[in-house]
Amino acid sequence: MTLSNLEVERYSRHLIMPDVGMDGQLKLKAARVLCIGAGGLGSPVAMYLAAAGVGRIGLVDFDVVDYSNLQRQVIHGTPDVGRPKLDSARDRMLAINPEITVEAHSLALSSDNAFDVLKGYDIVVDGTDNFPTRYLVNDACVLLGIPNVYGSISQFEGQASVFATKGGPCYRCLYPEPPPPGLVPSCAEGGVLGILPGVIGTIQATEAVKLIIGVGEPLINRFMLYDALRMKFRELKLRRDPECPVCGDNPTVTELIDYDQFCGITPVAAASKEEASQSTADATVEELKARLDKKDGVFVLDVREPAEFQICRIPESILIPLSALPSRLAELEGRSEMIVHCKSGVRSAKAVKLLHEAGFSNAKNLRGGILAWIDKIDPSLPKY
Amino acid sequence: MANNIMIPTPLRVYVDKQDVVEATGATVGEILGDLTSRYGELRKHLYNEDGRLRHFVNVYLNDDDIRYLQKEDTPVADGDTISIVPSVAGGVTAEPMP
Repeated sequence: MTLSNLEVERYSRHLIMPDVGMDGQLKLKAARVLCIGAGGLGSPVAMYLAAAGVGRIGLVDFDVVDYSNLQRQVIHGTPDVGRPKLDSARDRMLAINPEITVEAHSLALSSDNAFDVLKGYDIVVDGTDNFPTRYLVNDACVLLGIPNVYGSISQFEGQASVFATKGGPCYRCLYPEPPPPGLVPSCAEGGVLGILPGVIGTIQATEAVKLIIGVGEPLINRFMLYDALRMKFRELKLRRDPECPVCGDNPTVTELIDYDQFCGITPVAAASKEEASQSTADATVEELKARLDKKDGVFVLDVREPAEFQICRIPESILIPLSALPSRLAELEGRSEMIVHCKSGVRSAKAVKLLHEAGFSNAKNLRGGILAWIDKIDPSLPKY
Repeated sequence: MANNIMIPTPLRVYVDKQDVVEATGATVGEILGDLTSRYGELRKHLYNEDGRLRHFVNVYLNDDDIRYLQKEDTPVADGDTISIVPSVAGGVTAEPMP
């Protein structure tokens, strides 16, 4: 393998660095890196790896670009809205560097296809956004012996590490089990600073390039925390757990498992859906609209967070976030009947349960939440 | 003597939105006990029904995971910082929980 004159010019700032040089650049050109997800983390990862001259870059995604992606997924632009993320990402990467090859895997990674997709890559960069895929990627990397460059973001904070290197720890050594759905207050606490995946994804790209070239100290046995609000990086120690079920001394997980089940996704999601849709104590948006028009004194309680209330609201609704409801029940004394809503009906179902237990027997859940209200009653309101 | 406990963003809602809370105790367990006695809602997010620390919540004494020290019996010295670091879902879910 050699570099063309054009490539020498393109990579000249690498080539003149003793720690990269021609050897390092040829290693990059020969390298095959798989980026799982072409979203917030995948954007900087894919663009920087393309620019750096990683010869083969695989991308796994099945999503389509939408407007709410553009605040952070900088590989996609406004004209790409509606296109598959893989097409949009590939165009951008090849615009940056036509010398590389982009391998598009248009699929949702699963236990059935993960080995086939991951095999043949030297490094995996995990830019996934959910626990089942994160544990799947981790286990597949450990079982195949492929280093896994991990990154994760939430609001103003991010995490990064390198897993599944020979003798090093894996994600399960850090977190043996995922949180059960619903326990981590992600619903009301969602959102992410758009720049945050830029910082974490750039750390992931840096680690991938270091692993390929074989320079420096990789982020192994270390766990990086980044707090954008305080602008602080912290490093915590991490070690391989000899009792880890995947990478420990006596592993019990030797093949890929059902990760939705492992993460408790299927039964709980179904249960909460049922709770949201089949409860007898609920009201439809049409009923609510009719009652508001009649001005029959119905009390509308919004249990979303203040930031959501600012985006859109149902007329005459009063805001008490679900998290504050237990301590603010006194404000509801004397309300004979109330209709409770959130974004789509899950949080409000919890609120109605809580209200019933507190003696407010006339609390009803608004089926489908404010999203149903926007769909059926007032399409002029913005959706989020 | 009080020690600082770093509270991660998703749990700040249970501690009056503070990012650092002071608590006292001779061991990590005592300090977390002091914390959760004052902020009751936080307790179920840190401990399971059997009163054990949850598997997706890691606790660090300075930069060491207490699982590799003496767990909750790990002695705490003046000036030590305790950090609660839960696993986070990662990117941004395409469909945030409603």
